[in-house]
This record gives sequence, structure tokens and C-alpha cells, in this order.
Amino acid sequence: MAIIETSSKAAAVNPLKMSQPLGAAYAFLGMNRCMPVMHGSQGCTSFGLVLLVRHFREAIPLQTTAMNEVSSILGGMENIEKAVLNIRLRAKPDLIAICSTGLTETKGDDVNAYLRLIRQKHPDLADTALAYVSTPDYTGAFQDGWAKAVEALIRALGEPQPGLQTRAKQINLLAGCHLTPADIEELRDIVQSFGLEPIVLPDVSSSLDGHLPDNFSPTSMGGTTLAEMRALGASIVSIAIGEQMRASAQAVQELSGVPYVVFDRLTGLQANDRFLAYLEYVSGQPIPARYRRQRSQLQDAMLDGHFFFGGVKVAIGAEPDLLLSLSAWLAEMGCEIGCAVTTTTSPVLDGVPAARVVIGDLEDLEQGARRASAGLLVTHSHGRQAAERLHIPFHRAGLPMFDRLGAGHCLSVGYRGTRGLIFEIGNLLLAAGHAHTPDDWQLPQSTRDALALATPVQGESS
Amino acid sequence: MTALKLKIQEVFEEPACEKNQAKTEKQRKAGCSKQLAPGAAAGGCAFDGAKIALQPIVDVAHLVHGPIACEGNSWDNRHAASSGVQTYRTGFTTDINELDVIYGGEKRLYKAVKEIIEKYDPPAVFVYQTCVTALTGDDIEAVCKAASAKFGKPVIPVNSPGFAGVKNLGNKLAGEALLDYVIGTVEPEFTTPYDINIIGEYNLSGELWQITPLLDAMGVRVLSCISGDGRYREIASSHRARASMMVCSKAMINVARKMEERYGIPFFEGSFYGIGDVSDSLRQIARLLVQQGAPAELMDRTEALIAVEEARAWSRLAHYKKRLAGKRVLLITGGVKSWSVVAALQEVGIEIVGTSVKKSTREDKERIKEIMGDEAHMIDDMTPREMYAMLKEARADIMLSGGRSQFIALKAKMPWLDINQERHHAYAGYEGMITLVSEIDRALYNPVWEQVRAPAPWE
Ligand code: SF4
Repeated sequence: MAIIETSSKAAAVNPLKMSQPLGAAYAFLGMNRCMPVMHGSQGCTSFGLVLLVRHFREAIPLQTTAMNEVSSILGGMENIEKAVLNIRLRAKPDLIAICSTGLTETKGDDVNAYLRLIRQKHPDLADTALAYVSTPDYTGAFQDGWAKAVEALIRALGEPQPGLQTRAKQINLLAGCHLTPADIEELRDIVQSFGLEPIVLPDVSSSLDGHLPDNFSPTSMGGTTLAEMRALGASIVSIAIGEQMRASAQAVQELSGVPYVVFDRLTGLQANDRFLAYLEYVSGQPIPARYRRQRSQLQDAMLDGHFFFGGVKVAIGAEPDLLLSLSAWLAEMGCEIGCAVTTTTSPVLDGVPAARVVIGDLEDLEQGARRASAGLLVTHSHGRQAAERLHIPFHRAGLPMFDRLGAGHCLSVGYRGTRGLIFEIGNLLLAAGHAHTPDDWQLPQSTRDALALATPVQGESS
Repeated sequence: MTALKLKIQEVFEEPACEKNQAKTEKQRKAGCSKQLAPGAAAGGCAFDGAKIALQPIVDVAHLVHGPIACEGNSWDNRHAASSGVQTYRTGFTTDINELDVIYGGEKRLYKAVKEIIEKYDPPAVFVYQTCVTALTGDDIEAVCKAASAKFGKPVIPVNSPGFAGVKNLGNKLAGEALLDYVIGTVEPEFTTPYDINIIGEYNLSGELWQITPLLDAMGVRVLSCISGDGRYREIASSHRARASMMVCSKAMINVARKMEERYGIPFFEGSFYGIGDVSDSLRQIARLLVQQGAPAELMDRTEALIAVEEARAWSRLAHYKKRLAGKRVLLITGGVKSWSVVAALQEVGIEIVGTSVKKSTREDKERIKEIMGDEAHMIDDMTPREMYAMLKEARADIMLSGGRSQFIALKAKMPWLDINQERHHAYAGYEGMITLVSEIDRALYNPVWEQVRAPAPWE
């Protein structure tokens, strides 16, 4: 079991972490026809927007309540009201989803109360769903913001409808923020191939999958619909992907009595064996032939690839669920996790196959990688400077990934995704293998010193 | 009134800012940042603006005092280039937690400065204030003062919390920090009659380096660039320059004007975008230096350089002129860049079907009118939906804008070119003009357009 340590520095150097509200806003983007709003000063929204735009290379709907110093001190009721009315007028979304920021939390705005007041004052807003989640910047991290936002959405919009009947084939697929749009699409395919009908929440696979729509929309396009939210309680089970989604699964259970299972990761052979066996069990359908075939392809890839992974020391920095997923799988491939850094606490950290997990920054990761003589660095794009300095291969994982195309289409779950990952990282390791030179195996200085003492060199001038 | 409020007031009353001078005293008190509309606002905060303006000083450590939002979500997102030291690319933040919010984060800030000086030994540390720590009342000025005294190194407070206003205000507050704590604190090793400052140029994608060879050829020395590819000592000694150029923006007008007032350094406002403007700026630099006592032959050398370089540029552009004549551009930029890019594009015969003037000053608008002949194509506020419609209906052939709106064009299956901070190409000087035009050409004539616009065979 890994020891969990918190970096004791006063200054974070090269942050690995991003803020809670950004994670929450990202979750909101997985809702259909939604306008996410950060309740705070406009800079927070602007930074969040730029970051998501650079990652997905997509237009990102995201708004701000544009708080200034005065409104921060007086309280944000008026700004929230104006924001809601403005957004409804300009974008006509189905859902306006609000998260707080450090600024408004420091003041202590009671946004839920504001929203109740706004509803009373503006009966014409009845056709627009509103949701709110508290996500101060100075606690938690991106993943926490995502998790809280999904739970808040369920509690705000997932109330069981009167007369709701359980649907025999319907399941809830609660997706953590470490899953890319491509990952979610893959999981949906797998689930559907068992004859099950998944409601994916949040579903960034249809809103941020990089497609060309026929029209321009100021809100998110694609994602979980309000109708689906209202039907969550009719599912036979909730499948949570990532420990971060446990609270959301519990929320559905509390509201509607739907039981749940948590899969803490879906990268790797055994992890997927368990997943498919479970789907076979809930659906009563046999595992489709194509997954049997994919499984054997994965086995073959593991055999081909293990030469290059075996013994490689890896330094990895990622949010808890992604950290567990990748580090556990890399360890299964024969790597050694020489340094693991994450952003926030989580029960999964205990299970990371490393001696220690540091809650820290990329400076901790870089130093740890150096100490461990790591042969591979895994983290988001901000790690590229460290990788350059360390002269080791660099695999980008997580968000932001702004210096590569197709961040949303990176696939690393399922048999097929795992196989792809073996090829991708395996090729990096393969390319980094260096050709030997005559200097590679020089005798150590100690040997030479000992030799010099034993046989003083003749005829050398001092 | 707090120190920050006083500073903001001072910046608002900037006498060199025409926009301000046109207002009544009462209007001026209200400040130049319009109340932003909640739910319909876009753009960065004052902290963002301050960081943009100062981060190009490459050898100092830039420490952001606040929760992870401000630095964690934003670091490493611009391309100000450095010719050497890379310290500025490291993201430093106090990443304050709940306890710091309750009990105050000054101790953490002090320790953070100490750690950074011990580990990285930069010539100075710049400390940026943000919303939360400003609201909880952390006195960064006091902490910086104590830290400077203790560690014997300049620790510079940049008091520009996000909620103070928009990006542009942040640029100016950053300038104030330089004026108050940096400029004039170090003497240059030597001076020459050919020393200038360039103010408000951030060396994005290395644009400064498209200019320095021209200045070198003239025999002009850039004593300091504020702040692109800047070194702390250079900026600290910039008060010995003979003249300043303020680069095509009002962002740091306060720095230029106060340096004139305090040290007698005359300045002019110029642009390095477009052939005509580059030549003009070089001429002005030479003229000011001569006026300040440099030998008159500098003028002749400058004219000779302009003649040769302009001719070389035009001959390189000839190829594109044919291909680009009559192409229509929709230009969505921050106000200041509008006129200078408009002029540049018109030089090769491109038609401007619209240019945003949302952030432009009255003077900017006058310039555009001068260049374009009327105001018909000035767009005050265009919604993304309208931009999309305009492109979709092919009323423009290409859109030039910042990165955030690129997808409006791309989703309409129309070409787009980045002309904002995040861009990777350098467009300054004669050289940059050729790059800009060739990039537009490359975007317009890419064969993908034909393919992506064609319907699917089953449609
Ligand atoms: S608005 Fe305030 S809290 Fe948000 S990024 Fe800017 S300085 Fe930070």
C-alpha cells in the first residue's frame, strides 16, 4: 500500500493541479443544451475557456457572473440574476448550471437561496432548468469539482418522476473526468453490445467529440438530456467508472433506490475481464464474439510489448483516478512506478502500485523522476518541459493536452483501448532505446583510481 | 481609499489617454472599465492583463498569490519567446488552501518567496495579487517589502487582482508596478546616443526579433524592451534611454508617459505591423534620437535601410498580391490591433468586410476610418451566431481572430487565421508582413476546403 504524502512546500512550482470550478464546468459541458456558468470574476471563466479550447480545439460555451470588487463584497444575487436572464435571452439553453469560485466562496454567497428567489421573481424562467454546485478554488482539485458537479446535477435534476417504472435493459453509466470522449464512446458501444441501454452521465462524448454540426449553437450540443436525467431512477443499476463517481452513484441510489457498482479502472486485461463478466451477468447476454477476439489481440499485444515495458521506471503525474488506472496497468506490463504525483486525496491512492504517492506539483514529479532514474514520464502537456530537461520519453495523459491533435479521441479503455496504449507507449520506449557507443561501458573512476595506485604511470610529467 | 483604489484612479486619469481626457471628471472617477454584463461577458481579468504584460521578463520568477484557479488553469498558455533564460516559463503559485483564506496567506507567501529565491535564485521575484487574497486582505506590498529587505533581492508586488477590472487595466497596473519598484533602480553599464526603449512589445512568437535586425542595421540599441525577452536589470536601467517607442497599443501608455515626465525620455506611438507602419516607426525612432542629440546621419542611414527593405518586401509580396487581390477578410481582434492589421492587409489588396472595434478607443476608430475611408465596416459587437452566419453565407473568405473564436469559422467550413496572443507565427516587421500574407494565402488555398464542403455522396 502506497504511503500518501502531501508536499510541504509553500509555493507550488509548475502546477499539476487545476481548480475545482473548472472540473465542474467541464462536467456541465457533458449536459445537452447547457450553458455552464462560473460565479466569480470574469478572469476565471476566461482562463477555463482558453484551457478547454486549447485541449479540445472546439468552441466551448462557458459564462461568468462577472463579479467585481464591489459586487463581491455586497453579494452576488444581482449578478446571478442578471446572468441567468441574459443567458436565457441570448442562448435559450435547457439548463443553466452554475458553479462557485474562490472569490464568491470567500464572501459566502448562498447561491441556492438566490436561485430560489430568482425562480420566484421570474416565473417565465420555468422552462429553464437551473443547477448549482459549490466549488471553491482553494479546496480540492479538478476531479473533485467534476465529481461534486455530477452529484449536484443528479440531486437537482434526477428526482424520480411519479409513476417511473424500472426499465429492464436500462443502466446508468456514470463517467469520471478521466474518460475522454473516445473512452465514453467505447464504453457505450461495449455496454450496448450486451443489449443494454445506457444513460451516460455526463456525456462529453457527444458534446465534445469534435464533429461538424449543421448549425451554430451558443450552448453545448450533445450530452445528457434533461429527459435522461429524469429517467436515471428507472435503471436497473448504476455503473460508476472511477472512484470519483461513487458519490454520484450513491445519490441515484438515495433518490431512486437504484443499486450501483464501481469500476475503479478499465485499462488493462483483467480490469476489462471483470467489466465484461459483469455486463454478461447483468444483461444475461453472452460476451459478443468481437470482444473475445479483441481480448486475444490484447494478449498478443501484451506479449509483443512486454519486452519494452519490463523494468522501465515510470514517473507519473495525474489526478487520482487516472493515476490509478495508468499506474496499475503500467505495473501489470512490468513497469516500476518510481514516482507518483497527484492533485488531491482519494481512497484509490492506497492502491497505486508505488511506494509513495505525493500530493504535489510537477516540480515534485520532475525531481522524483530524476531520483528514480525514470525512463518514461507520463502526465499532461505541461510536463513537456520537464521531459525535455530529463531527456526521457514523454506520454501525454489527462487534461490539458494542448500540444497534440485529437485529445478528445485518445482511447485507453477496453481491450481495444489498452491494446492501442501498448502500441503508443511501447513505440515511445522503442524509439528511446539508444544505440551503444564505445563509452557506454567505461570502468568506474574507483576502479581506475585503484589501478593507478597499484601501478603508477611511468614517464608522465607532473 | 486603499492603495489599489488610488492606483486605479491614477491610471484612469492618465493624461496621455485621449479617451479619458474626453470625459467629465465624474465619468473619469467611474473608471474606464465598463460594467460587464453578467452572463454575456468575455475576456480576461486584470490579473491576466498584469501577467501578460510582465511575464515576458524572462529571468525573474513570477509568483501568483492565490488559489490554484489563477495560475493552475492558465500557466504556460502564451508564446512570449526568450533568447536565453527560461525562468519565466515556470509556474509559481502559493496555491492557497482553506486555512489561508481563514487566517490569511501572508506567511505562506513570504515562505514561498524564500523557497523560490533559495531554489531558483532569480534576479527578482514578481508577486501577483489575485481576487481571493485581495478580498481576505493579504498585504502583498508589506510582504514584498519585508522579503526584499530580508533576502536582499527585489521582490516586486503587482497589485492587480482580477476583480479590479479587465485585462487592459491589468496591463497598466503592471506598468505602475514597474514604475514604482523597478525602473530607475539600476544604472546601465554604459549608454549611447542610440539607446531606445520599446514599450508594450511582448515578443510573442519572437516578433521582437523581426525588428531588432532592422534596428541593429540602423545602429540603434534597444536598451530595454518592456517587456518582451526582457531581463530584470535591463528594465531597471531603462530610465537612461534617449527615446521610447510605444508599440501600437495603449496598454502601457502610463509607462511611456511617466518615463517622459520623470526622466525626459520622449516617446511616440507606432506599429510594427504592415510595411508602411514599420517604415514609419523606424523613421520616428531615428527622428527622436536625432532630436535628442544623436548625429543627423542616422536619418540617412534609416532612409537607406527603408528603401532597400521596402523594395525587398514588395518584390517578395508580388507573388501573393495576385492571389489575394479582392479576397474578403473578417477581422475580429482586440481594438488596438485592428487599425494596424487593416492597414497591413490593404497593402496587398485584401478587402476588409468587417473589423471589430469593440475594444477600440475613439482614436483607434479614427485611425480605422482614415485607412478604410468610412465606418461602414466597423462592428461594435458581433455575436458568435452573427459571425457564423456571415462566414456560412460566404460574405467573407476568411476570418482573422483570436484562438477562442476560431471554431466559429472552422465549423462554418471557412478558413481562419490566428492573430492573437496564442499564435505561433510572428507577424512584425517587413519579414512578419510576408509571413502574415503567406499564412493567409496558405489558409485560403488549402485544398481541404473543397473536400470538406462537398456533400456526402448519399446526401
Ligand atoms: S478573476 Fe480573480 S480569481 Fe479569477 S483568475 Fe482572475 S485573479 Fe484569479
